Amino acid sequence: MIEIENLTKTYTTKYGTVTGVDQVSLTVEEGEIFGIVGYSGAGKSSLIRCINLLERPTSGAVRVGGSDLTNLSGEQLRKARLKIGMIFQHFHLISQKTVYDNIAFALRAAGTPPKKIRERVDALLEMVGLADKRNVFPGQLSGGQKQRVGIARALANDPTVLLCDEATSALDPNTTLSILQLLKDINRKLNITIILITHEMNVVKEICDRMAVMQDGRVIEEGAVYDVFASPETELTREFISSVVSFDVPEPVLASVSGTLIRVLFRGNAAGEGIISDMLQHYGVKGNFLHGAIEYIQEKPLGIFVMELAGQPAEVTDALRYLENRQATVEVMKYGR
Amino acid sequence: MGVEWGRIVELWPDIQQAFFETLIMISISFGVAFLVGLPLGILLFATERGLFWENRFAKSVLGFIANMIRSIPFIILLVALIPLTNLIVGTTIGPYAASVSLSVAAIPFFARLVETSFREIDKGIIEAATAVGATPMMIIKDVLLPEAKPSLIQGITLTLISLIAYSAMAGVVGGGGIGDLAIRFGYYRYDNTIMIVTVLILIVLVQVIQQAGDWTSKIIDKR
Repeated sequence: MIEIENLTKTYTTKYGTVTGVDQVSLTVEEGEIFGIVGYSGAGKSSLIRCINLLERPTSGAVRVGGSDLTNLSGEQLRKARLKIGMIFQHFHLISQKTVYDNIAFALRAAGTPPKKIRERVDALLEMVGLADKRNVFPGQLSGGQKQRVGIARALANDPTVLLCDEATSALDPNTTLSILQLLKDINRKLNITIILITHEMNVVKEICDRMAVMQDGRVIEEGAVYDVFASPETELTREFISSVVSFDVPEPVLASVSGTLIRVLFRGNAAGEGIISDMLQHYGVKGNFLHGAIEYIQEKPLGIFVMELAGQPAEVTDALRYLENRQATVEVMKYGR
Repeated sequence: MGVEWGRIVELWPDIQQAFFETLIMISISFGVAFLVGLPLGILLFATERGLFWENRFAKSVLGFIANMIRSIPFIILLVALIPLTNLIVGTTIGPYAASVSLSVAAIPFFARLVETSFREIDKGIIEAATAVGATPMMIIKDVLLPEAKPSLIQGITLTLISLIAYSAMAGVVGGGGIGDLAIRFGYYRYDNTIMIVTVLILIVLVQVIQQAGDWTSKIIDKR
């Protein structure tokens, strides 16, 4: 659906050339919600803006539905943009025009006949839950409502792709959740491919199917959100994950542990606690839970437990092997004394 | 320096005529400044880097011309443009003749104000319109002009008031007007009555325009 190939974007500044995006290649499938995370300055914003050519890539290709956007003429590009919706962190609505006119603007860009515009705007307002705000100016709306108008505007011309540039970063947690829910609904109902960039890992955890992590203009990790959460490969990814699912045990508690400290991870619906209790029964070890939870990522459970195992070293080793045989991922954080 | 009411009655027809001359000069020159300066301001803005009509050459040529006209003292422009005035109006005296130089001076003045008004718009809004697939004409009509409207009205107010000040110099080419009356009677002939009356009229005129501008700008702003 969307193919980004060897995309590089450099900027010329007073102090020399800065590489914003460095040789990035990504493929996003149709109907997918793809999240790109990274700290500010990682290049994710430049990357998403290169997808609809708000910024022209220095080199590389951007194919949306087959055609390389970088080869299009001005007018062709304008037409292509009708099918690529975009929403922004600060909404960017026309402040001097009503909600209705803001959405109608997008339809007029596509040359929609006036009669159809009215019907379409009303249907869009219904969809984003703002039917009663039709003739209100953006200044009178809350952040969440403004983003809903942004979404309605972005969806006006039935796009195949929706780009979200930090779309929830200016919103409070509750509003963020409601906007994410709306995006998910839109994705399901209209089968729109969504690419979003964010620095908030919970956004990715909440709605994305696949994700990429960016650092210094490069994609350093990529995969299904569940897999990345289950087994992150880079330190940065681990850092991002710990911002939403943290299993850090306080230092004094760690110091007081004399047995072997392990972190056990169960994927999918493996009954984690059952396996652990089986292990405790079969082997001469004592278990002591220090931390643990079952996180649901894309409605799939991911169980993570931090525990201390006390007993004869041989028994502990056998117990660990048992866990691994039962499809658990075991990480020894500290060996027993 | 007492005010002699008799003088006012005596010169009332002159004052009236001068007032209309001022109105004629301001209306014409503002009309031209608006019709030419607005598109020029749009061009100055839209040819900037990263905008839809990005064009460094056009931008620097237009910018240079605007700066050049604005750097010429108005009184010199007034005299320098006498041949052009003669060509357009067929005469070099009277309010219509003075309107030519006033227009020439007001065009770049207003154009720069228009450009500044557009610059105050959040670039993100223009970007969002581009992302939606809007044409440049749509962006001008539905984004730039409405978003800058309150600020544009302030620019119009400023242009009108500056034109009133400039029009006082039109007397040099026999343009007439209130300012000219003030200079001829009040300044050259030490006629305090006329000086005070004409200055009062100018004060009221400027106040009214400023108040009306502020009020309109506030009323139409939906932010």
